[in-house]
Order: sequence, then C-alpha cells, then structure tokens
Amino acid sequence: MSEAPLHLAGVPAAPVPASRAALRSALPFLIGVPLLLVADLLVPAGSYTLRVLYDVGVAIILAVSLNIVNGFTGQFSIGHAGFMAVGAYGAAYLTLAHRSWALAHGHSIGAFEGQAVFTLALLSGGAMAALAGALVGIPSLRLKGDYLAIVTLGFGEIIRVIIEQTEALGAQTGLTDIPPYANLFWIYFWVLVTVLVARRLQASSHGRALLAIREDEIAAEAMGVDTTAYKVRAFVIAAFFAGIAGGLFGHHLTTLGPRSFTFVKSFEVVVMVVLGGLGSISGSILAAMVLTVLPEALRSFDRYRMSLYALLLISLMLTRPSGLFGSREIWQLRRPRRAP
Amino acid sequence: MTELLSDLINGLSLGALYALIALGYTMVYGVLRLINFAHADVMMVGAFTGYYTARALHVSRSPAIWKVVVVFAAAMAACALLGLIVERAAYRPLRKSPRLNALITAIGVSLLLENGGQLPFVFGTDIKSMPDLIAGAPLASLAGVSIDSIQVLGFATAFALMVVLNLVVFHTRIGVAMRAVSHNPEVASLMGVGVDGIIAFTFMLGSALAGGAGVLYAMAFTSLDPVMGLLPGLKAFVAAVLGGIGSIKGAMVGGLVLGVSEYLVVFLGYSGYKDAVAFALLILMLLVKPTGLFGRPMTEKV
Repeated sequence: MSEAPLHLAGVPAAPVPASRAALRSALPFLIGVPLLLVADLLVPAGSYTLRVLYDVGVAIILAVSLNIVNGFTGQFSIGHAGFMAVGAYGAAYLTLAHRSWALAHGHSIGAFEGQAVFTLALLSGGAMAALAGALVGIPSLRLKGDYLAIVTLGFGEIIRVIIEQTEALGAQTGLTDIPPYANLFWIYFWVLVTVLVARRLQASSHGRALLAIREDEIAAEAMGVDTTAYKVRAFVIAAFFAGIAGGLFGHHLTTLGPRSFTFVKSFEVVVMVVLGGLGSISGSILAAMVLTVLPEALRSFDRYRMSLYALLLISLMLTRPSGLFGSREIWQLRRPRRAP
Repeated sequence: MTELLSDLINGLSLGALYALIALGYTMVYGVLRLINFAHADVMMVGAFTGYYTARALHVSRSPAIWKVVVVFAAAMAACALLGLIVERAAYRPLRKSPRLNALITAIGVSLLLENGGQLPFVFGTDIKSMPDLIAGAPLASLAGVSIDSIQVLGFATAFALMVVLNLVVFHTRIGVAMRAVSHNPEVASLMGVGVDGIIAFTFMLGSALAGGAGVLYAMAFTSLDPVMGLLPGLKAFVAAVLGGIGSIKGAMVGGLVLGVSEYLVVFLGYSGYKDAVAFALLILMLLVKPTGLFGRPMTEKV
C-alpha cells in the first residue's frame, strides 16, 4: 500500500543540501519577479482590466493572510478590515508626509525617491498593523472559544471610530491625493510574498503547531505546544499582511475613507476564506479571484451580492462545512482524503 | 450636576435596552454555547414589524394604549417566529458539528437578514422614521432634569419584560428544564427533558425579548434601517460578556453598566468615542476577569 514514504504535503521527504534549499527559497522570486516586470509593461496603464487585477491582488493577500488565522489555526477573526485600515492609513500618512516634506525642502529625504519611499511606508504600515494585531491578540487569544470573533469585530469598530475622530487622518472625509505608487508589479510581488510565507509556514514545524491547535487545542497543549504564543504569532503575521494589503489598496485607489473598512469588508474576506476552504491556500486564492471578478462582471447584480454571499455561507456550512477544497490544495484534490 | 444627572438617566434607559438584547445572547449562549450573531438582526426585524404595525393602526393619528400593546405583541410574536425558523433551518442541523461552523452560519444568517432587509421589496435601504407611539412629554422633573415619558415607557417595559423572564426561568417547569439544558444537555436529556424543544423555546424567548427591544430602540432613536441592529447588537453582546455570558443577572447588570458608561463618556466630552467605549470595556474585562462579573469559571473537559 505505502511504497512512497508517508509525508505531509510540502514537507520534503529527505533533507536537501543547503545550497539547493537556498536556491529553492529564491526560485519563486527568480521566476516571479521578471514575469511581473514583463506583465507590468504589457498591461496598458489606466485600463479597466488593470484596476480589476489590482483588486484581485489585494483580495488574494487579504484572503491568504486571514487563512493563516482562520484556516490554519482554527481561530475566528472577523476584523481583518481593521488591520487593513491600520496599514492603509499608516502607509498613506507616511508617503503623504514625505511628499510634503520634499515639497517644502525641494528635495526628498536622503536618497529616498518614489518606490523606495513606498516600500518603506508599506513595511511600516504592515508593522503598525502587526503591532495592533499583537495588542488585540494577546488579551483575546488567551481565552478559548469565540471571544476572538467578537473582540476583532469590536476592534475594527474602534479603529474606524478613532480614524473618524482624528483630523490628521482626514476624519470623516479621509485622505485624498495619495501618490499612486502601487502598480501591478508591487501588488503581485506582495501576493507572491504572502502566498510563499503562508505556504512555508504551513509546511514548517511552526505551521504544524498551528494545525495541531486547530485540530485539538487541549491535545496540542498536552503535547507541549504553547497554544497562546502560537496563536498570537499567527495573528500578528496575518495582521501584518492585512496592513500591507491596506497600504497597496490606498496607493492604487489614491483616496482612503473610513467607510472602506467596515464589517462588510471583513465579512467579504471571511466568505472568501470559508468558500475556498479553511486551511487551503490555493482555495483562498481561487475564491478571492472569483469573488472579486464575479461582482465586476455582474454589476447590475450588485444589489443582491451580499444576500447571495450570506446564502452561500449558510448553505456551504450546512452541506460542505470545510469549504470547497477543505484544507487540501487544488492539486491534492484527487488524492484520497487522509483519515482524520 | 444637572448635566451629569440627565446623562445618567439617558444611560440607564439605553442600558435597559442593551440588557434586554443581551438577555437573548446570554440565554442562547447558555443552552447552545453559540454566539447568535443574528440576534441583533432579529431585533431589527422586530423594530420594522413594530413600525409597520404602528403605521397600519394609525397610531400617530389616534394614539391609544391598546395600540401600543398590539405593536409590542406583534413585534415580539414576529421575532419569536423568526427565532424559531432560524434555529430550525440554520442551527439545528449543525448542532453536532464544530462550534466554528455554527458561528460562521450565525454570521451568514445575520448577513442574510441585513442584506435581505435592504432589498427593495423587503424593507428597502431608505431610513424610515418611527411614528410616536405615545406623546413624548416630560413626565417628572428631578433636580432640574426632566424625565421624558418615552424614557419612562422604555425603562418600564424593559423592566417588566425582565421580571417576566425571571419568573419564566426561575419559577416554572420549563425554566427548570432550560437551566438543566444549559447545565448539561446530555444529562438533561437522560432526565427526560426534550432538549430540542427547550432550545427552540429558548430561541423564541430570546428573540421575543429582542423584538420588544427593537420597538423600544426605534421609539428612542426614531429612525429605522436594515443595519440598525448591528451596533446595539454588538454592544449588547459586550454587555452579556461583561456580566458573564450565560448569566441572566449578569446580562441585566452588564447592560446597565454599559449604557451608563457610554453616557459618562459623553458627559466627559468625548462623545465621538461613545461607540468605542463598549469594546474598550470588553478588552479590559477580558484581561482582568475573562468570565465576566457573574460568570462561572468553566473548566474544559477532554
């Protein structure tokens, strides 16, 4: 029956030499980056297709990062839009501040120009979101059960209220005239990073611990997994990428308002993750694509969109509770399910 | 001083509403260990039922006490029915599956009610304004602060409903059964309690309270729209957690505490942050005493 050694998806059966391992880590970038640069040149700027592609990219980052918490770890966060807002406002504030400084002094700070500023701002936005993730995660993840859901939901609200009350962030009207630094290259570069991090995480011993927590928290704890620490770490990683997604979102839309980051946004991401399958990265990617492109194709249908999402969510839970792909990836679909 | 007193009175009447909604959350959590996210939207449906009933009865043209009673009864009955349907269709099939699935379904039901309500042939997206059920007049005045009749009606109704609930839960056979199921469903069923029926009854009871709260909320804030339940619902849930989820006394106290603290923030001059208070309190509570004020510590069994 088992001539192939039993191994888990993505984990190499035998150790590989260090040089090959290093090459393997760099390979996705060696292939991906040139491809993205070419794609960036090919797709005409300002086109409708491009805008949809941007939205799809941001949605993929959001869905895959949320999957780390909701899918891998089995916790339930429904405040992803909150972290996205932190990253979006953080990054946009920094690029705007830099631009006004450059205008006032006639030159940029040091050697920083457009893309370098953007990268730094994006990373800082992500870091702020990660910090927010730690602040929210530490009290709520210590507890078992559904508290995380309600705390994350509440956190999203708090963030929105704070933004609406802060003049420096544009209060109700939001930030406008953000430099449009985000292009196809940057968005999909970060898609690549997010997917790779999620994939590597899933295959690492760290990821195994997360999966163990999802399967049975008490058993995981008995096996020596520090459940709270792992949950917080997963939560912080997810928040970081949500922040990155927010930064990209702000820099391609060029305006930000507190209304963009309501519950509805968080729920949309949750629907993507659940539809694709809790724990399936390729499932999340596919669901993010479909659920972003489909409403574009059915514009007149927009009124019914959220009701349909809701029905989809309910019927999915009643008939196929693990989502379309479960925790398997697309290429594993034909493989028989492992016994639980 | 006058200002503080009037904020306290406003806080208490809002708190009574939160308490009423929180009771529904806490009872359902007690028997099912499920955060019924749709509860807030059940309240919204109650408010709309009240609105349509009041319009059909021409309450604003010729107000009468019996009409007020009919409006409340209609809203509570409609919500009880809705609660029953939701439990049957969405939650019962998932009773044996992991709690995460039930939670996702609850969110789905909530989204469905909210967005279904926004469809043009249901409630529509435009904001409706609730007709006055009773003439809003200052009833009494306390140290220079006038107490409005709508506030009095709100507080009295909320209080009466809570007294009735207390009687049902602690002084009837079905209440004993409810508490038994909440304590341990398996053992309760071995003792001859029809667990399914009790859970359905709990949903109906909680939803009826939400329906009453919906009408009171619509009366106090006069405007109705399909997403009106979201924020009070969330806050009421916070109130339930503050008081200790699963505890009926806790939900009442938690609601009042939350309502008063919101208006204290207004009194201190931070009215912009009013909506954030609840969640700040929640996080604080989770850090200090995760089981809430009256919650029993729960031991997890393997």
